[in-house]
Amino acid sequence: MTTTERDEARRDEARAVVGPVVRVAVPERSIVHDLRAVKIVLHRELIRYGRDRMRMVSGLVQPVLWLLVMGTGLSNLMTAGGGGAAGSHVDLKTFIFPGVCAMTVMFTAMFSAGSIVWDREFGFLREMLVAPVSRSSIVVGKCIGGATVATLQGAVILALAGLAGVPYDPVLLLELLGLMFLGAFALTGFGVMMAARIQSMQSFFGLMQMAMMPMMFLSGALYPLAGLPVWLTVLTRFNPLTYAVDPLRQAVFSHLSLTPELRRTFDPGVTWWGWRVPVGLEIVLVLLIGLVLMGVAIIEFRRSE
Amino acid sequence: MPEDGAPAVEVAGLVRRFGSVEAVRGIEFAVRPGEIFGFLGPNGAGKSTTINMLCTLLRPTEGSARVAGFDVVRERDEVRRNIGLVFQDPTLDGYLSGEQNLRFHAELYGVPRAVLPERMRRVLEMVGLWDKRGDRVQTYSGGMKRRLEIARGLLHSPRVLFLDEPTVGLDPQTRSSIWDYIRDLRATEQITIFMTTHYMDEAEYCDRIAIMDSGRIVALDTPERLKAGVGKDRVQIRTDDDQAAIGALAERFGLAATVAEGAVTFAVSSGEAFVPRLFAELGMPIRSVSVSRPSLDDVFMSFTGSTIRDAEGSSKDWMRMAMRGRSR
Repeated sequence: MTTTERDEARRDEARAVVGPVVRVAVPERSIVHDLRAVKIVLHRELIRYGRDRMRMVSGLVQPVLWLLVMGTGLSNLMTAGGGGAAGSHVDLKTFIFPGVCAMTVMFTAMFSAGSIVWDREFGFLREMLVAPVSRSSIVVGKCIGGATVATLQGAVILALAGLAGVPYDPVLLLELLGLMFLGAFALTGFGVMMAARIQSMQSFFGLMQMAMMPMMFLSGALYPLAGLPVWLTVLTRFNPLTYAVDPLRQAVFSHLSLTPELRRTFDPGVTWWGWRVPVGLEIVLVLLIGLVLMGVAIIEFRRSE
Repeated sequence: MPEDGAPAVEVAGLVRRFGSVEAVRGIEFAVRPGEIFGFLGPNGAGKSTTINMLCTLLRPTEGSARVAGFDVVRERDEVRRNIGLVFQDPTLDGYLSGEQNLRFHAELYGVPRAVLPERMRRVLEMVGLWDKRGDRVQTYSGGMKRRLEIARGLLHSPRVLFLDEPTVGLDPQTRSSIWDYIRDLRATEQITIFMTTHYMDEAEYCDRIAIMDSGRIVALDTPERLKAGVGKDRVQIRTDDDQAAIGALAERFGLAATVAEGAVTFAVSSGEAFVPRLFAELGMPIRSVSVSRPSLDDVFMSFTGSTIRDAEGSSKDWMRMAMRGRSR
């Protein structure tokens, strides 16, 4: 048999196995196509989250420790000093509950963003970057996906609301979910922006540790932001996380029956030179920060070859 | 879309520099539609850099390239839509199943949903992974992963499929089965295949080969013609004093010999007839002698002065690492 005959034979054989050719005409780039790309990048985040039970469980350890162990332990200090009839006492667990929600969302969001570094190390990022879609759709998909996953993890914490003395009011729960999604979106944007530049998982997590701890301690997650020394007041006001935690706390406290004095002590809000920043502005601020960070991330990914 | 007969890949004056290192130094070639075109050369010769430029992953420093009729710089998206890629390093998500990996690709490339199931089934059956499509890719063997990547590269019916070292790191049996798939592909998919390899035996399967060395194309032709061009047999002798032997060969026969693979190696026409003369006139003891017909190895050697394995061992690896670092 000559080479061509062999080719012919092989061709017939191959046709017999796989049938006629189904050719695909890949369409021109369009908004619809970019949206499909956003959706599949998001979908992948969800599949991966769903498959990674370890991550779900390990993501819960820290918040539960804060809420149940630290919350219970430290509330001894508080009851020693005050306490009394209903409405005249705030459990520390209730107080830090919004903070713990924010922390959970923050860690999960960062972890999701870190998966970009992971994808780069394992080559999958390349598969995404060579596709005929805009890099923005990949970054947007990643940010929304990370935010969704973080909100799901936050929802698990919401299930523990009763343990912290927070009522299971459907309106409150929806409010909290929405606020958590918003915060998670901004944080994923931050993480993705960092991940665009970083080559190894180790340095990403090192950097995240370095950024997350101060952000958490300076956010009002664990203490009220009133009556602080000036230096600490200034630092907390510059921390974006502050504006993600405060609406959560206000939502929780508006659903508790408390005396006005207690509400003022434990839920003082965020002030700028004595002016109380309204929740609406805080929400807009967080959204803006998220969009700007995501924009920077998009520029960085566009620039990389 | 290019009309029939227009080159699937067309490259003119292509140059790529990384700082002061010139990885690709001005190459020209054209690949015909439907061809299996091989890029052969040691690691660090500039093959991966060239392929990355053709795939729009790397911008050329100078020169131009058209793939499937589109300019790789100005019409990047059109190029991307019309090519399939299988990289040297895996680019699969191990947490997803084989099918989910393909679905991800289909969505990114905008494969119409109506034809997707059929197309997916076809490419998976072609590489023999239809039954394994639900398994997580983590559990796949190296060969299965590579096959899945080939299936994925074909999912959107590209006109040109780029395979960067598709068989590197695989056992011989898997390598040969990958080659079966590649040849079936050409028969059934009307596709042009552009591949790089540094395995000589695999280069034989290509319709045409470009030999690349230190960033330049030093030869380009069919494997048969390249071998015929060498025209000489390869003789390798082992002696007690290689340097003296090289000197003696130059002095008495006017032959340029080098040490390759631990033996004094040179090329002569009709090697068998030369051996008796060699023993009679070299004037020093010969411990063993071997004569071989020209292979692609000899072609490579005649153009670059070293065997591909020896070239591999040289200091060029750092260059490849530098390039891979950049191309990410």
